[in-house]
Amino acid sequence: MTAAELSELTAAGAIAGIRSGDLDPRELWSAYRGRAAADDLNAYTWVSEAVEPPATAAGAPLAGVPVAIKDLFCTEGVPSQSGSRILQGYTPPYTATAVGRLLEAGAPMVAKTNQDEFAMGSSNENSAYGPVLNPWDRTRVPGGSSGGSAAAVASGSVPWAIGTDTGGSIRQPAALCGVVGLKPTYGAISRYGMIAFASSLDQAGTFTRDVTDASLLLGAMAGRDACDSTSLGLPEPVRKPTATDLRGIRLGVPEELSGGGIEPGVMAAFERSLDVARELGATVEAMRLPHAPHALSAYYLIAPAECSSNLARFDGVRYGLRVDDGGGLLDMYTETRAAGFGAEVKRRIMLGTYALSSGYYDAYYGRAQRVRTKITEDFRDAFASFDFVVTPTSPGVAFELGAKTDDPLAMYLNDYCTVPMSLAGIPAISIPNGLVPAADGARGLPSGLQIAGPAFSENAILDAAHALERALAFDGSPARGAA
Amino acid sequence: MLEREQVLHVARLARLELDESEVDRMAVELSKVLDHIEKIDELDDLDGVRPTSHVVELENALRKDEPRPSLPREVALAAAPDPADGGFRVPSPGAS
Repeated sequence: MTAAELSELTAAGAIAGIRSGDLDPRELWSAYRGRAAADDLNAYTWVSEAVEPPATAAGAPLAGVPVAIKDLFCTEGVPSQSGSRILQGYTPPYTATAVGRLLEAGAPMVAKTNQDEFAMGSSNENSAYGPVLNPWDRTRVPGGSSGGSAAAVASGSVPWAIGTDTGGSIRQPAALCGVVGLKPTYGAISRYGMIAFASSLDQAGTFTRDVTDASLLLGAMAGRDACDSTSLGLPEPVRKPTATDLRGIRLGVPEELSGGGIEPGVMAAFERSLDVARELGATVEAMRLPHAPHALSAYYLIAPAECSSNLARFDGVRYGLRVDDGGGLLDMYTETRAAGFGAEVKRRIMLGTYALSSGYYDAYYGRAQRVRTKITEDFRDAFASFDFVVTPTSPGVAFELGAKTDDPLAMYLNDYCTVPMSLAGIPAISIPNGLVPAADGARGLPSGLQIAGPAFSENAILDAAHALERALAFDGSPARGAA
Repeated sequence: MLEREQVLHVARLARLELDESEVDRMAVELSKVLDHIEKIDELDDLDGVRPTSHVVELENALRKDEPRPSLPREVALAAAPDPADGGFRVPSPGAS
């Protein structure tokens, strides 16, 4: 198989090739391992050195097709650093449930991917292990926080990858890199072994070249887990999507997430996709999510509050970095955390600690929790009239490295369209929406179309995304540009 | 605008040591973010709204309290910066 063929092979295609005997899983392992090792986007923090692939059961549904795993998933004996200096070289004594399920289903881990530190960021520039470059334009960011997973799949160095999404950390980098990113319903996949950022929002999900592959990865990972009391699994098995039209489907376009603040080129690509949806038989109507403009504010109180609590465990006692100048226990804590955390993580710990501190709790955290209720109700009302809510995934295309690093608020606005779904715990997918032409006539950059549905509507979302993906026929790869 | 003293107070609560330039920068950056966040004060329909701490409605699930194998002690201690006598050694809380 040529390098070009390999980089465009879907996982479903690889599984079919293995089943028919045209592809040898050992050669596939070796080829992807070699590609991951040769990656020059800084997409990986670890690549397997095993010449032979880890054993997978004969007849396992994913047939031995290797997968890349975001750094923050604990993997026994393999560095799991969550992009942070405070966990440099840390190798956990156990493996996250999601990763274990993938191996059982026949998808062995070939590499781990770079990410923003503790999944806090929208550009992957907050990684202690350096930024990831966008394969479409190496002067630009891949998005974040799962930037390594997105860049890895987009550049074809792995067939698929997993990541996590707290406020958009799968969907936004998927959009900026031109791949499919699925954030399932909160609770669909166990969080056991995911190094926590904001526990009421963190959710594992998938990066794939197409929607069918997303259904395969989701199906392998979803399920209740005794080790995570908030894991629910999915009420029905994940089906391979087959829909080719959208007849009878009602799409709602929230005014609050599709107007001001969205780059004109991204909006034009979005409008074109809505036209395609209409051609496929969908009805498309403007609607309201009245509290959505306040979602970002609520999110940037709730997520930092939870992170300030979750990250208290990094104190130089049980694992990771310790800095001790002999000043006693309290000094050891503060010095370790000062040296181990990067600027954005410190900022969010401070913000969260402030929001939870005496005298401010009700005004900030309590109020944010009430806004969260109203946002959840907005969606519940919306889904009484619409099957799905559709928006541009990210307000803009990939921006240049360094463009927003000095302006936290500008960086946070990247999450404007993805945060409301996270607060409501509902599933959403981002699929490539076509290229947004560059002003200078260059090839252009990918943008994403977000499709969100009610809790546990994954099968319906995958079907709708499948129909749209087929009709939009985005055939872009960074090596070739869009066809 | 957050005062330096407030920033230092929160840093103490968060067990973070900030240097002088970090204190100043944090005051500016956090103030800017808080200004934006405070737009939720414009919402006038939050009275009596139940706060959402979690989207999953959970019931308490109890299991029998039976001994089960756990990580061996040496495995649990393997990543510790300073394991000693089967435990985690830390600097004295009294030292200063």
